[in-house]
Amino acid sequence: MASGTNGTNANGTSSKDPVLVVVQLSGGNDFMNTVIPYGDPFYYDFRKTVGVKEENVLKIDDNFGLHPSLGPIKTMYDAGDVAIVSGIGYPVPDRSHFRSMDIWHTAEPSTVSAEGWLGRVIRELDPNQNNVCTGVSFGQGLPRAMYLMGTPAISVAQLEGYGLLTSIAGERQRKALNAFQRMYVPEEVDEASMVLNHIGQTGIDAMTGAEMLSVAPERYSSSIEYGDDALSQSLKGIAQVHTADIGTRVFYAQLPGFDTHGAQIATQAGLLSNLATSVSDFFDDLREHDASENVIMMVFTEFGRRVRDNGNGTDHGSGGGAFLIGDRVKGGFYAEYPSLDPANHLSGDLHFNNDFRSLYSTILDGYFGIAPEEIVNGKFEQFNGMFETAGV
Amino acid sequence: MRRAAFGAPAWRLEQLAESSYEELVEDLLDIESKQRPAEDLLERFHAEHADEENNKFTAARWFYRMINSPRVLEEKVALFWHNRLATGIAKSNVNLMMRQHLTILRDYGMGNYRELLNQISHDPAMLWWLDQQMNHAGAVNENYGRELLELFSMGRGNYTEDDVKAAASAFTGWTHDQSIPRYPNGWWEFSFVFREDDHEYGEKTFLGRTGDLDGGDIVDEIVKQDATAHFIAENLHRFFVSDEPDEKAIDTIAQSYFDSEYEMKPILRNLFHMDEFKNSVYDRVRWPAEHVVNVVKIAGTLTDPYENGIKDLVSYSEMMGQGLLNPPTVEGWHTGREWIDSGFLIERVNYASEVLANPDTPGMRKIIERISEGRTSISPADLIEACLYELGGVELEARTKDILLGELGTEEAIAVNNDFGLRVSQIMELIVASREFQLS
Repeated sequence: MASGTNGTNANGTSSKDPVLVVVQLSGGNDFMNTVIPYGDPFYYDFRKTVGVKEENVLKIDDNFGLHPSLGPIKTMYDAGDVAIVSGIGYPVPDRSHFRSMDIWHTAEPSTVSAEGWLGRVIRELDPNQNNVCTGVSFGQGLPRAMYLMGTPAISVAQLEGYGLLTSIAGERQRKALNAFQRMYVPEEVDEASMVLNHIGQTGIDAMTGAEMLSVAPERYSSSIEYGDDALSQSLKGIAQVHTADIGTRVFYAQLPGFDTHGAQIATQAGLLSNLATSVSDFFDDLREHDASENVIMMVFTEFGRRVRDNGNGTDHGSGGGAFLIGDRVKGGFYAEYPSLDPANHLSGDLHFNNDFRSLYSTILDGYFGIAPEEIVNGKFEQFNGMFETAGV
Repeated sequence: MRRAAFGAPAWRLEQLAESSYEELVEDLLDIESKQRPAEDLLERFHAEHADEENNKFTAARWFYRMINSPRVLEEKVALFWHNRLATGIAKSNVNLMMRQHLTILRDYGMGNYRELLNQISHDPAMLWWLDQQMNHAGAVNENYGRELLELFSMGRGNYTEDDVKAAASAFTGWTHDQSIPRYPNGWWEFSFVFREDDHEYGEKTFLGRTGDLDGGDIVDEIVKQDATAHFIAENLHRFFVSDEPDEKAIDTIAQSYFDSEYEMKPILRNLFHMDEFKNSVYDRVRWPAEHVVNVVKIAGTLTDPYENGIKDLVSYSEMMGQGLLNPPTVEGWHTGREWIDSGFLIERVNYASEVLANPDTPGMRKIIERISEGRTSISPADLIEACLYELGGVELEARTKDILLGELGTEEAIAVNNDFGLRVSQIMELIVASREFQLS
């Protein structure tokens, strides 16, 4: 197995296997107003109405700073735990949300595929399917990124109350679940309907997963009070499952609403504030449980937005950006910020500098220590030195 | 009834069985002599349903019709087309467009397929969804032209890239107007606009026909193709018969497509009379919307506009993987076994068990009464058979039945007493949690 430049866990006996949390910002987050190139005069030329005033930018250096709602992320950045990857995209940008999101999910920019890249990661991490909870998604429905026929992944809308036959109580529920299990065990006979066996296996996985996950809220206590919003609740669920130590390696959570064609100023500020607060609560929670050192978080969006605002918001663009956050992450700027000079635009958009599969490959090789080629369908240049060596 | 409609409990099927099979098929197909249910009462009792900005309320009204419309096949066929001509709210965020779109699926879904494609090609929701407003003379956007061929009619591999270009060129200038803003004037519908100055006139060659073709000519050529007949036949087979394709049955349906000159009603009539349709049992995974409607129909609830809960069906279906009016992509939903993932399956099982384990719904009260009638006791095996029958003829594997039997304990006979309703609902709870109940 290929080993990353910075190595991964030193030995197989450690219970601290690397864990990835993916946070998806759906709708196309405006990266230019997230990591703001306030030192570039072009920025204020193009962002006459939705630009962030220089005095409000949380400055990182003389050229760049974060959106004023990202205070908690700035604190983590100052502590050296946030990598900013700018100008990420894929060849021939597609400005459709679903197609673009599909491309990020499947790592397949040219053909339509139903196989998720994280599904392939889960298969690689647990080839014998010893743990149905290797991949757990929070939110409504399994994201295509985690979907791979024959590889289980658990989808949880809400951890509290999650489970099968939850409307039945006590001893009767235990009996009903026992019957459920016997009804669903796949049959060995040849003529058994394939689809019945598929439903059966999925039901057994769901039941096993629900049982494993049910211990998480019971074992958990924390001084952190998460917000009531969906992302905070998802991240709280992830913290509960992670600290329950049931072997989950890939988590997924989502924050929708970034499609800011109009009313961008208020909308994006609210969403970014929601993101920053919940992510900061999450890492504080993990640290309180001494469980942060083997967790990194990738925050991504399907595309950035047009360079020029439309007077009230911004339209779909290309060239987005991502954050990588965690103790193991070596903070700083990775990749050049795309030029705002109109001469370098790609039909009115920032021209992406980096293929998103480079970021995936860096995480796979440098963090998980697994060969990226099969998972991202090709060899892509990796970002250097994005991770601290384990144990630091 | 399961596959041509949304299933029904036994007491309803018995009423239907007074007619012959042929009469039943004709009754399903006969939509003209029946009224659609009035939606205004629903809006009167639940003012929020009149909210045209929110697609969930349009979807809720659709569920109401699937449950209650005397023209049940019309709703079922609209659901079929919603997956095949998949268009959604996600891109436009304009629900008024989706309402118009659904009306087209309903009004033309059981008519002539050529006319349906023509209507869809004039539909603002579809035009926006596939970027027709960006399909200009001199700057062709191929999105609609391509999906029309690939997903709506012929299927990949049956046309060339030049055909896609010709189709896209023929549709240049087909766009919609900008609707008048809502305030202060109320709702204004979007309408189709043909911009003559933005249309590429001149010679094009599409599927071998050369001329100054426009969008209507493209549709005319598409419907004549053998590939189209097979593509539509395969999709109908998948929806009404089985998740597994059957070449012979598909050929038969394709033949009736040509025989009827693309008229959906004769195609459906022939399909319902095919042995493959009649003999197929539990060969397809129910779509989430079908699952929800079937459960509600057995429970006998939501039949009156004043009842609460119709809006919740939209969320239940969405949690099982099918958010109506919001398909994941223009490809529609991935059906068959892809409906089943761990989260979706838990939702399906929990929903059906919770609703049908309640002995106090009108439907369950009726079922319990029917099983109790004239009895002082019933054997466990007979009770299971009775429950399966009352659910509308659910068929279980022998193994599943044995397990259910074991759950009923060792008594030789179950007394029909005050606790009987509870016993029935507890066994119903398990039956509808079975693998088999996920199929239709």
